[in-house]
Amino acid sequence: MATETRDSINDIWGARTPHGPDTPWPERVDEHTTDTPERWVRGTCVLCSNGCGLDIGVRDGRIVGVRGLASDVTNKGRLGPKGLHGWQANNSEDRLRTPLIRRDGRLQEASWDEAMDLIVRRSREIVERHTSGAMGFYTSGQLFLEEYYTLAVIGKAGLGTPHMDGNTRLCTATAAAALKESFGSDGQPGAYEDLDVTDTILHVGHNIASQQTVLWARILDRLAGPNPPKLVVIDPRRTFTAEKATVHLAPRVGTNVALLNGLIRLVIEAGAVDHAFLDAHTLGYDELRRTVETYTPERVETLTGVPANELRRAGEILATTRTLVSTVLQGVYQSMQATAAAVQVNNLHLVRGLIGKPGSGILQMNGQPTAQNTRETGADGDLPGFRNWDNPEHIRQLARLWNVPFDKIPHWSPPTHAMQIWRYCETGSIKFLWIQATNPAVSLPDLGRVRRILQKEDLFVVVQDAFMTETARYADVVLPAAIWGEKTGTFTNVSRTVHISCQAVEPPGEARSDLDIFLDYARRMDFRDQDGQPLIKWHDPESTFEAWKACTRGRPCDYTGLTYEKLLAGSGIPWPVNDEHPDGTLRLYTDGVFPTSAEYAETYGQDFDTGASVTPEEYRANDPRGRALIKPAEHQEPHEVPDDEYPLWLTTGRQVYHFHTRTKTGRARALAEAAPDAFVQLSEEDAARHGIAQDDWVLVESRRGAIIERALIGNVEPGLVFVPWHYGSWDDPSRPRAANELTLTEWDPVSKQPHFKYAAVRISRYDARAALPPKGLLGRAVDAARSLVGSQDEQSTTERSEFPRPKTTQRVDG
Amino acid sequence: MNTRGMHVGNYLGLVHGSETRLVDALTKVSEHHGDEPDVFQTCQLLARWSRGHIEQLAPLVEKYREQRNPEPDALEKALFHGPRSGGLGLVRDLHDLWLLANEVQLCWTVLEQAAQALRDEELEGVCQNCARETKRQVKFFLTRIKQAAPQALVVAE
Ligand code: SF4
Repeated sequence: MATETRDSINDIWGARTPHGPDTPWPERVDEHTTDTPERWVRGTCVLCSNGCGLDIGVRDGRIVGVRGLASDVTNKGRLGPKGLHGWQANNSEDRLRTPLIRRDGRLQEASWDEAMDLIVRRSREIVERHTSGAMGFYTSGQLFLEEYYTLAVIGKAGLGTPHMDGNTRLCTATAAAALKESFGSDGQPGAYEDLDVTDTILHVGHNIASQQTVLWARILDRLAGPNPPKLVVIDPRRTFTAEKATVHLAPRVGTNVALLNGLIRLVIEAGAVDHAFLDAHTLGYDELRRTVETYTPERVETLTGVPANELRRAGEILATTRTLVSTVLQGVYQSMQATAAAVQVNNLHLVRGLIGKPGSGILQMNGQPTAQNTRETGADGDLPGFRNWDNPEHIRQLARLWNVPFDKIPHWSPPTHAMQIWRYCETGSIKFLWIQATNPAVSLPDLGRVRRILQKEDLFVVVQDAFMTETARYADVVLPAAIWGEKTGTFTNVSRTVHISCQAVEPPGEARSDLDIFLDYARRMDFRDQDGQPLIKWHDPESTFEAWKACTRGRPCDYTGLTYEKLLAGSGIPWPVNDEHPDGTLRLYTDGVFPTSAEYAETYGQDFDTGASVTPEEYRANDPRGRALIKPAEHQEPHEVPDDEYPLWLTTGRQVYHFHTRTKTGRARALAEAAPDAFVQLSEEDAARHGIAQDDWVLVESRRGAIIERALIGNVEPGLVFVPWHYGSWDDPSRPRAANELTLTEWDPVSKQPHFKYAAVRISRYDARAALPPKGLLGRAVDAARSLVGSQDEQSTTERSEFPRPKTTQRVDG
Repeated sequence: MNTRGMHVGNYLGLVHGSETRLVDALTKVSEHHGDEPDVFQTCQLLARWSRGHIEQLAPLVEKYREQRNPEPDALEKALFHGPRSGGLGLVRDLHDLWLLANEVQLCWTVLEQAAQALRDEELEGVCQNCARETKRQVKFFLTRIKQAAPQALVVAE
């Protein structure tokens, strides 16, 4: 029998369970099954960074549904639309079932032996001829901790290549960078539990209502209860989150630093600075005070477009609140001065001394469910265990742990960031690129360039995925991977809470877990330690977890007190978990001591404007020894601004119903139908100016490329247009529609996160029959127009009834 | 004419010329390496800083009557050979920029010493401000060189 406890498509956040700061967040168990399960298996949702605990229902060897885990600290039983429906992707008919090898220009079925032999042969040849510096790895925010750690050891101690990063560079790199710059190491100071008791919540560039729907339900329950918190929301669009704000500030894209400087200035002016805290626990306040002095509300209005009195209202809330939780996400991380802006949020908390106390914390959010683990394990351009590439003692610790020579581990500069890896592929110095569980042909900026790189003759591309993605089509070898529900592993959410997710069913066909694939590669490559023993001494998820624990001993993300058994007991547990904190650690820095001492810190810091590294000698000369670092920043104008040719700002973003490039959510029927296609959202003023009506086709062009989308009018400021970035071509090759055809190849100097949040574009009404663009200039647009004309025949191409309407009562642009 | 600080003008000319050469070299490198977005953006930014330094020099030049110094031109010829293409070319270009910026840095140091002896707070302030930014320029070049060198020197394109 099927069950569905609630209609999460139309009622995204579900019924309220109101509570006040003095009572715990109540349970509410959400469930959706399509048949009665024979058994339930412990899992955790992997469709956003919230990490909701759940059980997976199984019948006849298939997943038939999920139910929220009432005992889990993260969700107390709740699940959102993606969690309740996304599992259906596992059962898709079009899962990859066998390895594929490109022969005579076509991907053809092959055995695992053939595929792995080929990968190993190519690896050996390339390393032999060009060194391991020609080997690159581009991983994900979707694998499990055990998989990342194994990959990191293969890369750093097996091959010895510095070129390994994840798509986490696109979603979470700035979170890590900002935490490191302020506190010396990655690690969220706060916890979700702080939301249950706080007086004020500040969301900066974070549309939490759409991104982490269960976390938003947690806030909605506070808003519906006694003594609700005040909500300050900074977002250029009127999102679902902004609708609930006490004060909504809508700055022009790319001006976050100016806005935040203005808020800090107001806090200082109001005399709300905690001088005792600053004196005892921080360095650098005076410079911050000097820097923000000139950011008066009037100047901030000029720079950001936010009315001075609105800024004052927000400033007053932030200056008077007794407790404060701030969350930050892509509106900051993927925009101009990303790290500098995210750090100003940290500074706001430091200046007010609102950190490490109940109700006061910072959540520099992650986009993906397991992004935190790419950072912890060093599969993403960091070193395992939050170690510092510039501290030889940290490298020695790893060399001892892995029993390899010190110099085997690349440490001559920071591990190569993703955008640079792609650049090395472009120039031809990386010749082997292994992509796992991610879809750069839709998710990277400037897709025309990405496609050119993937097609290069001298680049051997391996793609490991569950589906034939837009990226997999360009691969030389495709490896079919098992996914969530088909393998066991752990991962960690934004609140540092570690969860286990178990294998419930067998993977389809010959698909294998990413861990098994990596272990097989290591075996075939015959990686050895310096005693001639196999480098990788583990063989399954649990033994990998035990190996990982040893790597974290004494580091901020200490896992030594965790076991699979503990994690199966009914709730996730926040690290550090060790002898001192056997049940985990709710919030960090309760004693005001930060991991900044030169011996311990994960970084010595970088220049916010240039990315120049602070040298170990410089850092040691002023060793902060446990004090947090307050680093100011001056506003800088975005690199590309609208002009006569491209007069509008483009910003890109996400929708409630989809995750990433829809490889899973696009295959869950209710989710796909709720948000069936991309669109371009524009203001009434801009629509009128261009003669565009609701649902008209619109050609959106930037200096990089062009897309064609239906018009969605309203709920956005004049001068700004918005396109959701989830939509590629796998389920609709008829027209170019991926937002990243338009975006810029450039990145933050510190976090190296690309700037997806702004680009200059122009728009025009697009009549597919009348307006065939000249060939060559817009090759794909021509094909697109042909197929639109072809499929719609005699009808006008601006016909408004003939396309899938979103099957939801909610706004698709919220 | 007051002869105190008579050679300051000479050094102002030197730093003026050196900063101008640096702006020029930064612009060339940034445009030539437009496919390296971080090099492009950052070199543009650093060129703006150096242009700012030249503006700050204006009142001091007035005061100390700058003597145009032909040395920087020769220096640029000696130090800057770019722009060049490819991974190794990028390293060589950044290498030259590092040398040019160090020349600028030394000029500021010499002038700051003189400013102290002259008790000229205005000159001292400008030297300190500019030197701070020049130091950041040098550090960027070094960081980027260290990042690019292994790949450029060890792995063939
Ligand atoms: S909030 Fe995130 S983790 Fe929770 S159910 Fe929704 S998608 Fe899954």
